Amino acid sequence: MKFLWFHLMPYRELPDDFKDKHPSVWVDIHSSLFDPKRAHHMYNEFLDELEHAAACGFDAICCNEHHSNGYGLMPSPNLIASALARRTTNTAICVLGNSLALYNPPTRVAEEFAMIDCISGGRLIAGFPVGTPMDTTYAYGTNPSQLRDRYYEAHDLVLRAWTEKETFAFDGRFNQQRYVNIWPRPIQQPHPPIWIPGAGSVETWRWAAEMDYVFCYLSYYGYKMAQNVMKGFWEEMARLGKDRNPYRAGFAQVVGVAESRSQALDLYTDAAEYFYGRCLHVDPRFAAPPGYVTEATQRAGIESQVKMAAQGKTPSGPSTNAASATKMQSLARDMKGIVDNGYVVVGSPHEVVEQLRELATTLNVGQLMLMMQFGNLSSDATKHNARLFAETVMPKLKPLFSEWENRWWPQPMGTSERATPPAFTPTAAAAE
Amino acid sequence: MREVSEPDTSTLDVNGFATRVWRKGKGPKIGFLAGYGGLPRWVPFLDRLAEKRTVIVPSLPGLPGGDRGHTVLDSHLDWVLAARDIIDKAGLAGADLVGSSIGGSFAAEVAAIWPDKVERLALIAPFGLFDANDPATDPWAQKQDDIAGLMTAQPETYRKLKEMPPGANSIEWPIEQTRAAEAAARIFWPLGNTRLERRLPLIKAPTLILWGEHDRLLPRSYARTIAEAIAAPTEVRVIAGAGHLAELDKPEETAAAILDFMR
Repeated sequence: MKFLWFHLMPYRELPDDFKDKHPSVWVDIHSSLFDPKRAHHMYNEFLDELEHAAACGFDAICCNEHHSNGYGLMPSPNLIASALARRTTNTAICVLGNSLALYNPPTRVAEEFAMIDCISGGRLIAGFPVGTPMDTTYAYGTNPSQLRDRYYEAHDLVLRAWTEKETFAFDGRFNQQRYVNIWPRPIQQPHPPIWIPGAGSVETWRWAAEMDYVFCYLSYYGYKMAQNVMKGFWEEMARLGKDRNPYRAGFAQVVGVAESRSQALDLYTDAAEYFYGRCLHVDPRFAAPPGYVTEATQRAGIESQVKMAAQGKTPSGPSTNAASATKMQSLARDMKGIVDNGYVVVGSPHEVVEQLRELATTLNVGQLMLMMQFGNLSSDATKHNARLFAETVMPKLKPLFSEWENRWWPQPMGTSERATPPAFTPTAAAAE
Repeated sequence: MREVSEPDTSTLDVNGFATRVWRKGKGPKIGFLAGYGGLPRWVPFLDRLAEKRTVIVPSLPGLPGGDRGHTVLDSHLDWVLAARDIIDKAGLAGADLVGSSIGGSFAAEVAAIWPDKVERLALIAPFGLFDANDPATDPWAQKQDDIAGLMTAQPETYRKLKEMPPGANSIEWPIEQTRAAEAAARIFWPLGNTRLERRLPLIKAPTLILWGEHDRLLPRSYARTIAEAIAAPTEVRVIAGAGHLAELDKPEETAAAILDFMR
């Protein structure tokens, strides 16, 4: 089993009355809430936390891309990844990822990922999300009716740019470039492992399987709520004749571990309530730009609602098929609801081990992404969470799935071949 | 209210997609290109036109009756050529033309780029412009329940237009309505601005510009901008009590204004 330490980089100081006074954490969140001098400290603490997680022995550290977002301060995850590449040595760097349709030309992604791969000595995992409606269509103004076609075309272009040896002309539907020839080029051959964050779209599952990529279900709602989606994913893999290698799949889970359950609740309640109460407060106006959800996925969603209604079932909790901003409207915001609904895994090391074992085996997921900084969790508490997890939880779960090969993990240069950046001593640097 | 009766329906081929055309009435032809959301059913406004004229209503790509025709249209030129193709194949070349909202934008484009195609023109709050000092509302960032009130002054009017009729396919009907919003987004995202203003001076047809008194989507100041840009004679009229899709809120008054102008 692989353990990836995932940071969203949330602005830690949204006001207490944020949810009542402000319509949305995303898209039109007010600029007056952002203090750049406070953000200076936050960014530096976030980077410390990621470096700390690497030092604790997590297999990878992860960052991702959001725009105009109060809970995700990484419009460019590549900037963060390049900083991490210099301050870590053996940990994989997972950028989950770059929303391909937003880059013009998309070869920018091929270039920057190749840079990170070179700087890090081949430690990059290249994530290619379509991106949320809030990020892509509203904040970035991309046409929702063309988003997916642009995404697939950009993917094809990036892949060719990485693998083709000669300069070539790309004559796409949306992108035309006379001379495609990226410098630098990635260390990993034929290219860094590609992971696809997504949700419950059958088309995405099929495509990821066809391309032999990892599919990552990035949910904020915990593994219990994810059962149907991952069941659907594995059924689709079976239909396509793919094996049940758990490393085909990733899942993100909020986790808080402490010496005991009551200590865990003391330590993590405020931060969890901040995350689900303030960070996931998104205006439903931004839920469903038309065209973002394909007609096939709409059809599957309506059919499953009709089926449930015919069976006399009412959905519990946010519907899998609902748009993310709609889901976020119906969330539990208090710790009891957050825990009862299983959004977060909190408890003693033993309790966390058992819940994550259940997560891994029921979802059949080998690439576990851990959100161990969430909401306004302080840097000290975050580091404690990571350290305790690495020492008490990770060793118990590490042997899981050892019978399977993880074909989707970075293949870096040998340690002896790699550059050794000098140890960073800020005080000495300042004195020079 | 007078009764609504069904038109004759035929289909024509637009870029390989079967496109619905409605036809009803007698007398000189008049074409109608529908607005935001399209026409999932025949409406009283068209009957009023059909009392005096042969009214011909081709669907636009992606709007109800237009199949998935929007999916092959990537550029503004693609869209405008599709609109011309539709006008020609529906037998509307050289006839009077009415367009509302989205359809208004295409009616204006065709009249500007191919002046011979349009005899007289009526535009009901057409898309295609954006003024940062008087911005249009974003129709694609709305709670689902708020759309109807944005489109018509009486939300019930739009809701009834979009209501699933008995016997309709309960899975495909809602998808078709979402598709209509997507088709509009495909050409007009994100601001509704296709720089139509630059082409308006090319319009040779006398043009009636209608605006709903309570249009919450497109500011009424755009009517003046349009009238001033068109070189041909123009007339601006406000339809009292109507919202963005004035022909739905006030079918009698809207049809009367058009028939009066095109007498």
